[in-house]
Amino acid sequence: MQAIKVKSRFNWLLPVKAGLLAGVIALLLALVGIVEIANQRPVIPGVLSVGQTLLLLPFLWAGYRAVRQAGSGEEAPPRFWLFVNGALAGLLTGALLTALLLVGKWINLRTVFINASPELYNLLTMGAGPAGVGILVPMIAGLVLGVVVAAISLLPERMRGSVVLGLSLIPVLAILSSALFAGRGLSIGSAIAVFVAATGGSYLWSIMQARVKERINNHPAGQRAAQWSRWALPVLIIALLPLLGKYPSEVMDMVGLYALMGLGLNIVVGFAGLLDLGYVAFFAIGAYVMGVLTSPEIGWTGIHLGFWGALPFAVITATLAGIILGIPVLGMRGDYLAIVTLGFGEIIRLVVLSDWLKPYIGGSNGITRIPKAVIGPLEFGTPQTLYYLIVAGCLIVAFASVRLKPSRLGRAWMALREDEDVAQAMGINLVRTKLLAFATGATFAGLSGAIFASKLTSIYPHSFNFMVSINVLCLIIVGGMGSIPGAIVGSLALVGLPELLREFTEYRLWVYGAALVFMMLNRPEGLVPEARRRLELHESEVESLDESGEKHVTVPG
Amino acid sequence: MALLEVKDIHTYYGAIHALKGISIHVDEGEIVTLIGANGAGKSTTLNTICGILHPGEGTITLDGQPIHELPAHEIVMRGVSQAPEGRRVFGRLTVIENLEMGAYARSDKAGIARDMERVFALFPRLKERAKQVAGTLSGGEQQMLSIGRALMANPRLLLLDEPSMGLSPILVEAIFDTIRQINSQGTTVLLVEQNALMALSIASRGYVLQTGEIVLHDTAAALQENEMVRKAYLGIE
Repeated sequence: MQAIKVKSRFNWLLPVKAGLLAGVIALLLALVGIVEIANQRPVIPGVLSVGQTLLLLPFLWAGYRAVRQAGSGEEAPPRFWLFVNGALAGLLTGALLTALLLVGKWINLRTVFINASPELYNLLTMGAGPAGVGILVPMIAGLVLGVVVAAISLLPERMRGSVVLGLSLIPVLAILSSALFAGRGLSIGSAIAVFVAATGGSYLWSIMQARVKERINNHPAGQRAAQWSRWALPVLIIALLPLLGKYPSEVMDMVGLYALMGLGLNIVVGFAGLLDLGYVAFFAIGAYVMGVLTSPEIGWTGIHLGFWGALPFAVITATLAGIILGIPVLGMRGDYLAIVTLGFGEIIRLVVLSDWLKPYIGGSNGITRIPKAVIGPLEFGTPQTLYYLIVAGCLIVAFASVRLKPSRLGRAWMALREDEDVAQAMGINLVRTKLLAFATGATFAGLSGAIFASKLTSIYPHSFNFMVSINVLCLIIVGGMGSIPGAIVGSLALVGLPELLREFTEYRLWVYGAALVFMMLNRPEGLVPEARRRLELHESEVESLDESGEKHVTVPG
Repeated sequence: MALLEVKDIHTYYGAIHALKGISIHVDEGEIVTLIGANGAGKSTTLNTICGILHPGEGTITLDGQPIHELPAHEIVMRGVSQAPEGRRVFGRLTVIENLEMGAYARSDKAGIARDMERVFALFPRLKERAKQVAGTLSGGEQQMLSIGRALMANPRLLLLDEPSMGLSPILVEAIFDTIRQINSQGTTVLLVEQNALMALSIASRGYVLQTGEIVLHDTAAALQENEMVRKAYLGIE
């Protein structure tokens, strides 16, 4: 009995586990070289770099986890123990890094871990070097960080949220400023200003929120304004983004093109449950038809259309390709379908690359001099203007998706995804429904490809490799399978964010992998899940509700 | 003329010869049962009738019209629907949405609404749970939903595949009562069951299937008295 009581007050296992796990993550981050590379970019010059911030994260996570788990029980332990918990977790995380320094001192690790360089050791000891006391720096830092995390977690809830927001805004703003405007991070003064403004502002808002909302709701004019701002604000932000300049627009263009493809693949995989791994094929077909019909280099067709003239052909050809791919795979399901579509994607790439078709579509030289889209005096030539063209495309496709989802066809797709045999026995025409899914998905990818071709003005076979299909699939998984806003958010997260941290380019796949594992473990329904999927994946929570007497589980809408 | 006439059908799964010349007929208004052990070909027979499988040889006619070459969705439109083995409700959809899927092949809104009420009258439990997602229903409720979904197609012939599977004896009684009720409202029923005792108690005629062949065909009363059936399927010495 007594033993149990002691255990509930202080459980050694929690901080030890959290600390060691975080330590392993910190070691991994250090040894793959990501920390060192990110060290070149400052958050606050001379004080903190992005690399150091990255290295801080495991420490903070360990402290947070240790403190939260200990403090969440029925009998919360006294505050003192929370500090011990946090400190111990941080200390252990640091201990693993210290162990790396110790080993590195005697053995040359670089034969295996090429990134275990003196620069890394310098970084880990905050410049003190791995000799003497410097070796203890990670542990001391861990101890201090653990205590700080414990202290923050003891703040009242509102204040805690504000402080965390204020602290995390500093690196976010620094990265944004250096990535988009070639800035050099924040100065100490501006970092403090950001922290004070964000923390104070959000704290004030959290106090005043209820009262302000009430005021607004009491006035009919205020109500209208609130309703308007719910729509107008996002519209305004989307409309004004290109004002940020050329590079941010360029990034948003890529995000938009991937979102277009994501919305298309979302119909095939998310709505109809047909796993298509060769989706890039339709993107390539859209781009190549645009290229062949418009570029003055391609003479054999005898046709030289403008962007708008060629667009319908590009889109329709992609649609037809979707149907043509669909026919042979009608009888296939799951893994078999995935493998065959993967093959189809590769076939298209190899055909495009082949010498056989070189006189017609350029082979490995690709197609160049593809014209820009023009409406009257307006040429969609710069990233800023192209952005609007892409947003228009996204809006059309998103609108189509929203309308399709609850339609008769959308319900047939849903039944198909759930149970193909039963769907058939309900009177759903399997052939038609599947082909329409492939065709719709291909249409959207074709549109994306056509805009892509005109954006770059030149296309090459290597732009259409297998990774494009995988990226699109990843982004709809991260965003939320079957969710329309999910495709856009997923594209922002997986296409937009990596652009902000260009030095991570070679770690892109590594980060994708980590993000996917993390998502599958913690949020398998995606960032912006479809209502139905959230229900399904959190069924255990629903069942626990059942026992406490609440029984009704409903799908909103 | 029989409503459903199955003549000497052979169905194959690849090289496996699952049905070796099955002939059955079902008259308008009857409850007919197919009984037999695991793997005898009962579900294969139902799936061949409703077009998910197609017979290699033989013919199936509904009202004299051949249907064995039609795709499954067209057979539904002609008035044959199935509550499949293992219930197979759409787990992520709500009860109402499941029922609506059952009426997918129809476009008469008034008729659909009427049948929805009919299903809710047969299974009041489903009405209580109308907005619940089907995956969270109990086994018995899922069976009710599966039958209800099949009824939403407003079938002339209802195919039921092992409706008693995995249910408690009390629930089995209730489900069979409802089947009788559905039949008395004018729907012809072809019932596949391992629970031969229950099936024969509500059916007018029965067929006994063994490894893809019909070995016995008689009235339900006569089958209940049959020595072989009593031993093999009723567990009565």
